[in-house]
Amino acid sequence: MQYEVQNHCLIFYISDDLDHYAVTGIREQSDKLIEREHIRHIIFDFSGVGFMDSSGIGLIMGRYKKVMFLGGKAAVTNVGKTVDRIFQLSGLYKIIEKYPTIPEAIEGLQGKEKEGEV
Amino acid sequence: MKLIMESISENESFARTVVAAYITRLDPTLEELADVKTAVSEAVTNSIIHGYCGKNGEIEIICGIEGKEVTIQVSDKGVGIPDIEKAMEPLYTTKPEWERSGMGFAFMEAFMDVLEVISEVGKGTTVLMRKEIGKEQAE
Repeated sequence: MQYEVQNHCLIFYISDDLDHYAVTGIREQSDKLIEREHIRHIIFDFSGVGFMDSSGIGLIMGRYKKVMFLGGKAAVTNVGKTVDRIFQLSGLYKIIEKYPTIPEAIEGLQGKEKEGEV
Repeated sequence: MKLIMESISENESFARTVVAAYITRLDPTLEELADVKTAVSEAVTNSIIHGYCGKNGEIEIICGIEGKEVTIQVSDKGVGIPDIEKAMEPLYTTKPEWERSGMGFAFMEAFMDVLEVISEVGKGTTVLMRKEIGKEQAE
């Protein structure tokens, strides 16, 4: 699984179908990174995801709870039509923000942080 | 079509791909294909993690096509569901520690036309789903 850390923001590039099997590995890896890299915000990039079931919702919610306790936020980017339907149906967009691209997500998450500090 | 497979997580993608291939003769839209794949994935995942609790077992998938309607039946001989109504409530899960979202049955219901759950504690669970393919183009 490819990832990138930018200014305490973890960007996770998901490149496969997101089911129960795939989620197990991603969960472990992302949780290690959140601790090791002192992550504040997390972005899941869905460019490579053509399929997702409810396991994906569990994964995102779980990571959201983790960063939320540390004062951070979670976002999703490059969400395709199929995955978007699942997100909408699950109500996930009530707690997680969707951005078209990664730069927009970084700006959005960190912009809000600055506002909050004022 | 009848498929019997081991209750291992790696088989989740195999199961939904087989069912997707089976219904291609109905000429489904991409959306319909995604609906069916998600529903099958939810049912099979339930059998693996709830029915068999991660232990070895057999999952049976039976599919049939009648006219424009596909019927998909996913069965296990696992622990069964004590309270089906409760299990089908959105966001309800018995496995929060596994980060299950509790959306499995809700997705099956949303993506298929008909969903029936037959279960007996200690005997296993059967999920029966039906969906008419090509409805969206016709409308």
